Amino acid sequence: MRRPAGVVSAGVRYRLGVASRAVAAIAGGYGVAALSAALLALCLPPLFGTSRSEAAMTGTLASFLVFAVAVMWVFAARTALRAWSGLAIAAAPMGLLVFLLTRSTGGAA
Amino acid sequence: MKEGFRQSMAWLHTWSGLLVGWVLFMVFMAGTASYFRDEITVWMKPELHGLPQARVPTVQSAEATYAYLQQHAADSPRWFITLPTAREPSASLFWTKPPPPKGAPPVDRRNRVGRAMLDPSTGQASAAARETRGGEFFYRLHFDLHYMPALWARWIVGFCAMFMLVAIFSGIVTHKRIFKDFFTFRPKKGQRSWLDAHNVTAVLALPYHAMITYTGLVTLMFMYMPWGPQAAYKDSGGTQAFFAEAFAGSAREQSKAAGRAAPMAPIAPMLAQASAHWDGADVGRIAVNSPNDANAVVTLRRADGPQLSYEQPTMQFNGVTGALIGTFGDATRPAAETRSVLYGLHIGRFGDPLVRALLFLSGLAGCLMVATGLLLWAVKERQKFARTLKQGGRVSVGLRLVDGLNLGAIAGLPVAMASFFWANRLLPLGVADRGEAEITWFFIAWGATAVLGLLRPTLRMWQAQLALGALLFASLPVLNAFTGPAPLTVSLRSGPSAVAGFDLVALALGLGLASAVWIVERKRRTSAARRAAQAAQTPQAPQQVLVASEQGS
Repeated sequence: MRRPAGVVSAGVRYRLGVASRAVAAIAGGYGVAALSAALLALCLPPLFGTSRSEAAMTGTLASFLVFAVAVMWVFAARTALRAWSGLAIAAAPMGLLVFLLTRSTGGAA
Repeated sequence: MKEGFRQSMAWLHTWSGLLVGWVLFMVFMAGTASYFRDEITVWMKPELHGLPQARVPTVQSAEATYAYLQQHAADSPRWFITLPTAREPSASLFWTKPPPPKGAPPVDRRNRVGRAMLDPSTGQASAAARETRGGEFFYRLHFDLHYMPALWARWIVGFCAMFMLVAIFSGIVTHKRIFKDFFTFRPKKGQRSWLDAHNVTAVLALPYHAMITYTGLVTLMFMYMPWGPQAAYKDSGGTQAFFAEAFAGSAREQSKAAGRAAPMAPIAPMLAQASAHWDGADVGRIAVNSPNDANAVVTLRRADGPQLSYEQPTMQFNGVTGALIGTFGDATRPAAETRSVLYGLHIGRFGDPLVRALLFLSGLAGCLMVATGLLLWAVKERQKFARTLKQGGRVSVGLRLVDGLNLGAIAGLPVAMASFFWANRLLPLGVADRGEAEITWFFIAWGATAVLGLLRPTLRMWQAQLALGALLFASLPVLNAFTGPAPLTVSLRSGPSAVAGFDLVALALGLGLASAVWIVERKRRTSAARRAAQAAQTPQAPQQVLVASEQGS
């Protein structure tokens, strides 16, 4: 959300920053939470021998806390750009793992 | 957003709280009322107040419901029976109607199901009672809203609840002195007092607020967050397969009808077997799939008990032979048990009346927390306009909007709720669709208060609406005395205790609202005194000053 200084006023920039963070918090936070739910549902059975329904339940229960923490991170980060990149750094490995696990094991982990 | 972690969390707390505050206030009020939804429903059916309240044995109730359904819904694909409890003396029946034959015009969704309330001692529909949604209205309102598809409403409420969870977390982080703040109350100090009131109501019941918000999300979590089950069951049937595995034996599972008629096995032996299996606990609900069909399946569900967990074990029987098909939910697994405890905590049906009264008080604290938080925002924002106001200027459009919405939401909702109860007793009994008419009055009252609040967000308007709410609530016992057979003098001595409790709580709420009127009056006097002093100092434009400071909240 950094723009060359002088192109937009400070007030507009601040508002754009808030808007960008709001999108990051709501959509990005939901995405991270959804990935965490899916990842726990897929990972717990092979790691701890949890049954499939239990793992799915655990992931879903935890996802709302992940969501809340993600939103807090988005607004605590120093800049909107940092907020977005933080979400991306959290989402990338989770997304990759979910992708690999659903492909390699056919989801029947 | 601001420098420093705590400051940015304070910012987040302020804005996430403000944006969803009005919806949350309504959700909290309606949800708090839902702790006593059965009692509210009883109050709203005065025809039943005079009837004897002896509990009919479960077996007799069940047989009466069976007989009624055989008579009125023998060809239905599914029956649902909720047996009477100590809180709800009549049995409630619900059935789906057979699909229309091919080529026939499609049936309106409302007419695809049948409902009836049954007096278990006579086996007749308790038709004497007026048609009303009762406490069920508040229960549905707090997550399905009204006048919109339930699915949208649940997403809206879930969105607000998620904001609330964020507001709670960031609120905790904002407080470095959370424990000390709890013992701090500085009355009559303007903004400080609002802040302290917000802190006290928030921190006092903090475990409750965090619990009710999180568990509220948990009740609908598979709708909001279906990705766990979907990923785990991707290639084996998706979410449906997950539900079948995680909630085995629930009414979600359906057996196919054979299409051959067969007589039903008697229900009494099944009830006895189930009750014995559950160490004597009663059966609460009966679901029958394909009644009077060769493939009929009867599912018995244990009644609400003192356990926290909402997980109610079930037993399934072959509806024709009466043979046991299976028992489900006896041995629970950790995550499933966690979920059902969280679910059970949210709905609070485990408690005796005292526990539910405490939950009710915590819910009221939640309403106050949301209300004081909303007002605090307006009070703080107003300070930014202190100089403009002094010079006879106006506050921003945003602040005016918040002022108006605060008024309509906080002072208007009690008026609307009380109007709902008044409509219940005053509408003619013959009115078509009477249950919906009562609800219409709720929204008429709320709409009127909201419009008036937006038009004139002044302290006078606050007083007027709070006073109206106080009057309407405090006089509900009087209304009940004139329109029902159980005024307080009777209900306190010989019951029904639900009616006595309702009247007393209405009286207490009325007094609470009246004291709010008094607080506003004191505030109005001090601001009037300040205005007079100001007018003496600065003679210019006294008329405008008057208008402006009248709007202080």
